[in-house]
Amino acid sequence: MELFLQQTANALALGGTYALLALGLAVVFSIMGLINFAHGELMTIAGYVLMYCGIASVPFVIAVPLAITASVLAAVAMERIAFRPVRNGSGATMLVTSFAVAMILQVLFQNLISARSQPVLLPALLSDSVRVFGLVIGVNKLAAIASTIVMLVFLDWFMKHQKTGVAMRAAAEDFAVARLMGIRANTVIAGAFALSGLLAGVAAVLWVSQRASVDPLMGFMPVLKAFIAAILGGLGSLRGAVAGGFLLGFIEIYLAAFLPPEMQEFRDPIGLGIVVLVLLIRPNGLIPSATLKAEKV
Amino acid sequence: MAPLLSAQGLQVRYGAVEAVRGVSFEIQQGEIVALLGANGAGKSSILNAIVGLVPTASGQVMFDGKDITGAAPEGLAPSGLTLSPEGRRVFGTLSVSDNLRMGAFGLTDKDEIAEAWERVYDLFPILKERKDQYAGTLSGGQQQMLAVGRALMSNPRLLLLDEPSLGLAPLIMDQIFELIAKLRDQGVTLLVVEQNVAKTLQVADRGYILVSGEIVEAGKTSELTQSSSMQDAYLGAN
Repeated sequence: MELFLQQTANALALGGTYALLALGLAVVFSIMGLINFAHGELMTIAGYVLMYCGIASVPFVIAVPLAITASVLAAVAMERIAFRPVRNGSGATMLVTSFAVAMILQVLFQNLISARSQPVLLPALLSDSVRVFGLVIGVNKLAAIASTIVMLVFLDWFMKHQKTGVAMRAAAEDFAVARLMGIRANTVIAGAFALSGLLAGVAAVLWVSQRASVDPLMGFMPVLKAFIAAILGGLGSLRGAVAGGFLLGFIEIYLAAFLPPEMQEFRDPIGLGIVVLVLLIRPNGLIPSATLKAEKV
Repeated sequence: MAPLLSAQGLQVRYGAVEAVRGVSFEIQQGEIVALLGANGAGKSSILNAIVGLVPTASGQVMFDGKDITGAAPEGLAPSGLTLSPEGRRVFGTLSVSDNLRMGAFGLTDKDEIAEAWERVYDLFPILKERKDQYAGTLSGGQQQMLAVGRALMSNPRLLLLDEPSLGLAPLIMDQIFELIAKLRDQGVTLLVVEQNVAKTLQVADRGYILVSGEIVEAGKTSELTQSSSMQDAYLGAN
């Protein structure tokens, strides 16, 4: 039982990170029909900012907002430079563009920083652990769970009560009519990217806190997982992205913890098998998007 | 007096198909003007071209003395021109009040926004009762009222109404036409596209009859009622 609860805390921490990443993908997808595979490179950028801050002995409490800000700015720049010119292109055009952006950034990281994994200095506190209800939980895990909750509450408030957030939901449902109301397409799309950058930045801090290193390809795996989570939850649905992220986190952690040792090498295929099973039962995902039209402007 | 809106040689193409073949018309301040014609005559295409939802192939549209040909839709609501689109297209996953709030998106003056709320809730008390409900759960008639209310939230000087009574029960339909008359009394100029010709001719001042993307007749509604091209337009006699 104790092991189970322990692993549940781990699953919440990992699932929360996946949820934040999947949300970032979903926010952009719901508005412009683009799966941004360069989302992971936003994480990498935030990771490198943490690394350089560590080298320059910038305190962690300052390094974190700096890293997140870098990710937001990079996301907005990405939209302005790479995606705005192909906005009226097909979904495939935008998808290929996102792969191109991802690869260009990876090559830049490799050549300008280092092709090898770089250590990131983290405060010692993060690798401590504390006793909560008789369980020993890492501070970094607790921080991940807490940050996820804060971000989800913030995002919910923003999308429900802020004029820009409501406009983003309106645009996700019917972009043409939203524009008729005077909602500017550029503002909504740039806003969606900024939000996705914020989520990627927070996810990057959580991700790097677990592994204390950053490398040029760091963003690829988590974003692939987030993509799976977004589909599992229902592509384009924000609540679905959160549900999918947590479910994927739970599947991965429980399989790693409870699968017999001789089966461990089949962990990933079994995990993805479960995902396929869920999709067989709910082809549109756990919480499908009510109006998946993703019109282009 | 210069017309509030005028179109000169407006042309709309969808690929090789010419949906609107160079039409010219104008709307004076305070008028209710109807665009009449059978399905596919190009009525909705004209409205969508005016607000920039479909590209204009050629021609010119002037609103309030400014050339708005090919302008982006988001700039028009703040300048006093808006469209209540065909099929209502309310934001179903947003609450009624959020739909209305989006209608006033372009307004910045607090008093003006407060007045807009008051006017819309005054015209449609049902929307106030249902303000926290998701728009998707409203009945068809209520959704139509919400669509018109949402358009009115931007305090338009010219409101384009695309098929406001389509798919509504007769009783609700009557309410929509009463509303059109009421709006005119409030100083809103209207361009109406409607399939209910008889009722539209009762409330409109002037009308244009469209056949296959061209205006075949224009005039006061009293004259149009007796016109033979009216029947031709719907029965396809040419």
